[in-house]
Amino acid sequence: MTEQREKEFAAILKLPGVGRRNFLRLGAAGTGALLLPATAARATDKLASKARIVIAGAGAAGLAAASRLAEQLDGASITLVDGRKEHFYQPGYTLIGAGLKPASYVVSTTAEYVPNGVDWIEERVAEFDPEGNKVVTESGKAIPYDFLLVATGLKLDYAAIPGMDVAQIGKNGLGSVYHSAAAAEATWRSMSDFADKGGIGLFLRPGTEMKCAGAPLKYTFITDDYLRRRGNRGKAELVYNANNKALFSVPIVSEKVRMLFDDRKVKVNYERILESIDLGKRIAVFKTPIGPVEHPYDFINVIPPMRAPDAVRNSPLPWQEGGWAKDGWIEVDKHSLRHKRFDNVFAVGDVAGVPKGKTAASVKWQVPVAVDHLLASIAGKESNSVYNGYTSCPLITRLGQAMLVEFDYKDNLVPSFPGVIAPLEELWITWVMKTMALKPTYLSMLRGRA
Amino acid sequence: MKEFDPLIFLVVFQEMLGPLLWLLILLAVGGTLAFLSLLIKEKGIVARRLVRAELAGLGGGVLALILMAKVSSSGFTDAGGPADWFLIALVFGMGLIGSAIVVYSFLGWRTLVKR
Repeated sequence: MTEQREKEFAAILKLPGVGRRNFLRLGAAGTGALLLPATAARATDKLASKARIVIAGAGAAGLAAASRLAEQLDGASITLVDGRKEHFYQPGYTLIGAGLKPASYVVSTTAEYVPNGVDWIEERVAEFDPEGNKVVTESGKAIPYDFLLVATGLKLDYAAIPGMDVAQIGKNGLGSVYHSAAAAEATWRSMSDFADKGGIGLFLRPGTEMKCAGAPLKYTFITDDYLRRRGNRGKAELVYNANNKALFSVPIVSEKVRMLFDDRKVKVNYERILESIDLGKRIAVFKTPIGPVEHPYDFINVIPPMRAPDAVRNSPLPWQEGGWAKDGWIEVDKHSLRHKRFDNVFAVGDVAGVPKGKTAASVKWQVPVAVDHLLASIAGKESNSVYNGYTSCPLITRLGQAMLVEFDYKDNLVPSFPGVIAPLEELWITWVMKTMALKPTYLSMLRGRA
Repeated sequence: MKEFDPLIFLVVFQEMLGPLLWLLILLAVGGTLAFLSLLIKEKGIVARRLVRAELAGLGGGVLALILMAKVSSSGFTDAGGPADWFLIALVFGMGLIGSAIVVYSFLGWRTLVKR
């Protein structure tokens, strides 16, 4: 199957209305005939191996990788290591913050996605020892491996913002959608309150790499829309603070967002990074090229710096030099996701030190590539699977509309439906995908089935 | 996604709709079978009944749109481009055709059973 065909198919899956009805039509006509070859193909050639594979982290990337490995290996020992019992569907946080879904929308349990035949050690990895081919858990248990897949995700570094207190989210105009499902809900209360009264709304993004760089923009647009719907837009000033000279890493998208912000009368400041905050006085201090600048607010959506978890940062795994070394992102080849210095180590998901792609959509494309390279190593072969940096962002521009922005390492737009869904057009169909089809597709991915 | 696998369709829609998926499939398959067997039995279409079924189908189309709007936390007034109008027409059309077929078959079989 060509890459283009794969992409088209992947895209079809994201289209609920069309897909479901097509499926029903197929169901009436010849589902049985369609399904048979696939089932037959699936049952063939599992790779027999006694390899010990350890997956550090049971989030989206870890679970998806575990499912795929379990499906394709026979006799291997696959161990997931993660202390967290809940699973969070993170793409849903924005919808909670928008008041459209309850906190429960994103919460499930890790246990329900752990595939058969995979061991789950309910502890965090405290130490990575790639020279000794083992990881050590919090309780001091050493787990040796032949292959290691690091999928720990990242750390939200709220502590790096002096004055910030996550317990205050939802109070006194403080919001932070990223923190947790509960915080996203609390943020909705704060934002809704702001939309009733007006005032100054501050939006920002951190100076580090971050997961879903579209989320801070989406929340600005959503707040703007609520103010308009409640007739209070005139009483409010919205200010978006970009960390550098762009609004989005892909230039053409950045330009489009600039135009939309202009249209919605959202003021933009460039090269401003939140440095500290006074929650009592409601003043945010930004680092700028001309020194610290104070900015009062009535509502703020704080997005903290993001870094690799401490266990990863303190290990030999991160980049040793360059911009990613300081925050501890893992030194992998951006096309194979294999570690550049430790041949039997891979990193997928947020913790991988690659230029783009800390989203669930990237995970969906990274995991099969990393798994393919890992399996090839077991089989003593070479894999030619390539991750091209594909990332997708249904960028909500108001309630009921979004732009389906898909791009790769080269900053090219790679639309799944060229000619049908224009990537920079605000569309209802994209919103429908975001609200209806994304979660089922995501859950299927966890189970290794999409 | 390394291999083409139609099972994925099933899986995604199963996640999306849960048990409702099976109900819809049952309704679609059952409705189609009932419709086809009715056509064979009556050796053609009863125009009068078809018109009534199509009228009911209009309601079915609206219902499909309402369901869609509810599930997606939005409304069709949010349509922003041709792709949106296409989706709206598609949802309405499928709702219309689906319910028209079911209603036609239901009315037809009711008459046959009564006779």
